[in-house]
Amino acid sequence: MTKQIVFALALLVTLVAFGFTITRIIRFFSLTRKGFPVKNIGKRIGIMLKVAFGQTKIFRRPIIGFLHAMVFWGFCLIIFGSIEMVIDGLFGLEKSLSVLGWFHDFIMAAGDIFAPIIAIAIVVFLIRRVFLHIKRFEGIEMKKISHLDANIALTLILLLMISLMGMNTAYVSWCHSLGKEIHGVYPVSQHLTGLFSSMPVEVIYTYYEVFWWSHILLIFLFANILPYSKHFHVFMSIPNVFLSRLEPLGKLPSMESITREVKLMLDPNAAFAAPPSDTPIERFGVKDAEDVVWKSYFDSLSCTECGRCTSVCPANLTGKRLSPRKVMMDLRARMKEKGPLMLKNGRDYSDGKSLIRDYISEEELWACTTCNACAQECPININHPTLIVDMRRYLVMEEGSAPGEIKAMFNNIENNGAPWQYSPEDRLNWANNLEINIQ
Amino acid sequence: METKKIEVPVMAELFARGEKPEYLFWVGCAGAYDDRYKKVTRAFTKILVHLNISFAVLGKEETCTGDPARRAGNEMLFQMQAFQNIELFKSYDIKKIITICPHCFNTFKNEYPDLGGSYEVISYTQLLEQYITEGKLKLDAGKFKNTRITYHDPCYLGRANGIYEEPRRIIKTLTGEFVEMERNRSFSLCCGAGGAQMFKEAEKGNKEVFIERTEDALKVNPEIIATACPFCMTMITDGIKYKNQEEKIRNLDIAELIAESLNL
Repeated sequence: MTKQIVFALALLVTLVAFGFTITRIIRFFSLTRKGFPVKNIGKRIGIMLKVAFGQTKIFRRPIIGFLHAMVFWGFCLIIFGSIEMVIDGLFGLEKSLSVLGWFHDFIMAAGDIFAPIIAIAIVVFLIRRVFLHIKRFEGIEMKKISHLDANIALTLILLLMISLMGMNTAYVSWCHSLGKEIHGVYPVSQHLTGLFSSMPVEVIYTYYEVFWWSHILLIFLFANILPYSKHFHVFMSIPNVFLSRLEPLGKLPSMESITREVKLMLDPNAAFAAPPSDTPIERFGVKDAEDVVWKSYFDSLSCTECGRCTSVCPANLTGKRLSPRKVMMDLRARMKEKGPLMLKNGRDYSDGKSLIRDYISEEELWACTTCNACAQECPININHPTLIVDMRRYLVMEEGSAPGEIKAMFNNIENNGAPWQYSPEDRLNWANNLEINIQ
Repeated sequence: METKKIEVPVMAELFARGEKPEYLFWVGCAGAYDDRYKKVTRAFTKILVHLNISFAVLGKEETCTGDPARRAGNEMLFQMQAFQNIELFKSYDIKKIITICPHCFNTFKNEYPDLGGSYEVISYTQLLEQYITEGKLKLDAGKFKNTRITYHDPCYLGRANGIYEEPRRIIKTLTGEFVEMERNRSFSLCCGAGGAQMFKEAEKGNKEVFIERTEDALKVNPEIIATACPFCMTMITDGIKYKNQEEKIRNLDIAELIAESLNL
């Protein structure tokens, strides 16, 4: 009974803390802009099955992608075991889901096989991060804390897998010692029981209990660390894939506020016909964290800083300051800084800083070629170019700030209908003296 | 060889005569003004005439789609251009548009519908590939048969719109020596000119993007680097010059490859 009470308390603390964090994050979303309606649920489920559960985009880098897929699929299966542990803990049961018969055998076996596979993958990941200095994990945005964040999360996962293996092995050994029926199948752990063979049954049971508690408490801890870490990815990535942009990558979202203005300009009569706008005057484009469409903030929370985007960015590859990963990290950090202050002091609150300039420089924004390599590469369909263009929209339409040649290009389009300074009269010159050979 | 003069049909003139072409051939600003790309426009026009396709251009009425303005953040200017074009298209009852510029293609196809302009938008690579597949465009595989050709994917055909195979199928009908660069299709590297970069100096870095991309191409030792975008052509041609390879390597558009192989 004591065990049940302790467990219930631990679970309660976990859920309350988690609930508090999530509520806070949801309130940050309330600061962002509307837009990006979520339609086409069927298609979205399809993309989620393919890209998230099928891990198709992570396989664009086949070897390391395979290791990630193993970790992901392993997690998906191990989670059933964790659910069983929660039920067992709350109701003082043992292997409660064994009532499910073969399915229980399957999930126990899957967890038992995947735990060591995940552990190996995590060790490879840690070696890559700590010793190999892979270029993808470096960059101006990758501070000491970013590396620490990654290593802590990886270490936690490793400990989770070790405790799971320990728990399974101790369980099988304990059953053996008592001649008890084993619930579930443990294809790997059953070969490790030698570790406990010389121990008295009570000691084995104590080991089982210690591993059991370590594993579940680590899960509780992990769940509460994640939202403050880049590994929030674990929760956010599947929903983020579900919320993918369904349009072709080349399409930029239209600004309806501009459409209204342009229509008024083109047809002044429409001014009388247009219903009075009750929407507050919005800033054009994105200057600060609250100006983004909620989906961009969702993207930023889902980003796990893998750097695949930056590693294929033509600007970044050629030494420019732009890094798509940094854009996502900066948005997340800026919201973390300004969000609480806005919630406390109201929407109009200003701390004298902004996402543009204090986090992301104009130089970075103007280096983007909108080639969409970043968005193509992102394993969870984050879209960086739309956010970058949204920030350019602010610079151009609110501040009139752009490189001189860009302003000249705007002038040319306005005056001659072409980005270069040529006369419309010369538009058909290419067709002069055009002849075709007769075969 | 005998030649015939081509009078390029202009929409306003056809309309005045009460005629309506099937397609609008949208030339684009680069196609109209860029000296190098004008040759591509001419080559593609010859192919259209060769195929007896019913088309017309807008001529002096054509204007920028607004793409570079939009990508540089000037949504206001983009939409002004867009509404202007949509009105113009409406006045000529235009339903089908062929583009040679992938940026114009993307803007018409994906972005004008939001503003009320929905058309059947066709990239010239799709049109040509279709004519080849249907056997209506017979290519003489002789001329480039043993020429080593590689293809650089323009971002706005490839990643932006998923057109990867059509250009390749066209080139493969022309040559048996097609060779892929290491970064190809969705992995392709940008030439460096998209997103209005064409009109400005690059930000400070340690290399120009077009040089990085040209090096990709040089690694596979091509005689021809085929492109399908005016901006890519400017960049790759510059890259070839930068590497002093202009004697050995030609940068040709897919339309030029076809026109040349047909000896039009």
